[in-house]
Amino acid sequence: MTLQGEPVIINIGPQHPSTHGVFRLRVLFDGEVVQDLEPVFGYLHRGTEKLAEERAYTQIVTLTDRLDYVSSMTNNHAYVLAVEKLARIRPTERGMYLRVIAAELSRLASHLVATGFFLQDLGAFATPLMYCFRERERILDLMEMLCGARITFSYMRPGGVFQDAPPDFWPAIQQFLSEMPHYLDELEHLLTENEVILARTKGVGILPAQVAINCSVSGPVLRASGVQWDIRKVDPYDVYDRLEFDIPVGTHGDCYDRMMVRLQEMRQSLRILGQAVRDIPSGPARAPVPFFLRPPPGEAYAHVESPKGELGFYLVSDGGISPYRCKIRSPSFINLTPLRELLRGWKMADLIVIFGSIDINMGEVDR
Amino acid sequence: MTKPLLASEVGKKVEEGVPGSVVRAQGDTLWVHPERLLEVCRLLKETPGLELTYLVAITGVDYIEYFEVVYHLVSIRHNHSLVLKVQVYGRDEPTVPSVVSVWQGADYQEREVYDLMGVRFAGHPNLKRILTWEGFPGHPLRKDHLGA
Repeated sequence: MTLQGEPVIINIGPQHPSTHGVFRLRVLFDGEVVQDLEPVFGYLHRGTEKLAEERAYTQIVTLTDRLDYVSSMTNNHAYVLAVEKLARIRPTERGMYLRVIAAELSRLASHLVATGFFLQDLGAFATPLMYCFRERERILDLMEMLCGARITFSYMRPGGVFQDAPPDFWPAIQQFLSEMPHYLDELEHLLTENEVILARTKGVGILPAQVAINCSVSGPVLRASGVQWDIRKVDPYDVYDRLEFDIPVGTHGDCYDRMMVRLQEMRQSLRILGQAVRDIPSGPARAPVPFFLRPPPGEAYAHVESPKGELGFYLVSDGGISPYRCKIRSPSFINLTPLRELLRGWKMADLIVIFGSIDINMGEVDR
Repeated sequence: MTKPLLASEVGKKVEEGVPGSVVRAQGDTLWVHPERLLEVCRLLKETPGLELTYLVAITGVDYIEYFEVVYHLVSIRHNHSLVLKVQVYGRDEPTVPSVVSVWQGADYQEREVYDLMGVRFAGHPNLKRILTWEGFPGHPLRKDHLGA
């Protein structure tokens, strides 16, 4: 027997724990099943691109912190790479290694947050999230050693990083690297052997590879669909071409694969960190770069593999002290493109899970 | 490394398939006429050897006398890239054909360019503001829009 009812429009958000910020979904339900939906953005729009047009190149680093605020380091990274490309600045060797170390620590922190909140969305309230946050705190301690801040780092500069790591950073990161694999084993055990998690994520929210590519999806969401595309490998920046690591990919493109790709990426990040800490050369952490940069007229696009996907900066210079145009290609924003295809036909409770598995950050979606 | 394609060579292929579409080519950047954009994009996506299946980003730039819409394209199979540009004149209703039918990833990005830069995309299935609210006056990323 099927019950025929009136379709109902429900607003999810803007203030809702599962929207990870201020995001609103207008969903048309038939009973419990999603018929159609319309995402509504912009509650956190601060006009970062416009603000960048009236600041000096070196000042914009602080604006990029506020994009994806759980992974500020990778935002800094993409931006300084674009400036270096535009102004033809060669960063120092030690600076490049320090940037890679900071970026990979940031990836670990971001994936921990993603996994923790994903479990929260599944209904495992607070406890697994706090397990993840416990380890993230240790990463934030390391970040604090590097730059004094825990969220908005502003650590990187065109030409390198703003200061060298203090001497006590190295034993601290060694200890972190020796303890983290054990913790990841624990987390993997929790994720892969819990029947509720398996039942709610396996085969749920499948994103076929062709749809993912056509929708310009990037990052773990793209790789979970089986596409081996990671900017660190396909277009290496800084010293990633000297480091050994694998690109984990999924096979089905469901919520489970997206979660597992993030988990395996954390292991690869530890591998990268181990090599970078071992190989880092001595020397200056930053090349001398004037505060008021005047890059020659032209344009540059530089991108990094941020924890959420391809984060790119497209800068246009007219020869002045601030960029003529600063475009941010934000992965969170573009990863939402296939939302309708992903969610149609699933139930309300699955909607929360599928949406959580994309791992977006509203600071980056709205900019 | 992602290899930037030589725009002059791509331009020759484009000119064969869509005659009279190329404006100029320089480095990895190809300028085409806006009215032929859709055909050029289909060709770039489907021609074997090019297969630019992944639309990385769409950017609008306000050069005051004209608007430039920039498409960063990548081929996942061949790992090469191309920058495609169109220029539109006029500040009232500059219009470029929508490429959503070629790459669905253009959907939100074109809405963003429309919202912030005021370039219209003809044929877009749902062209409305995305980051600002419905009644927002003007387009904030234009050079003549004064900030708060």
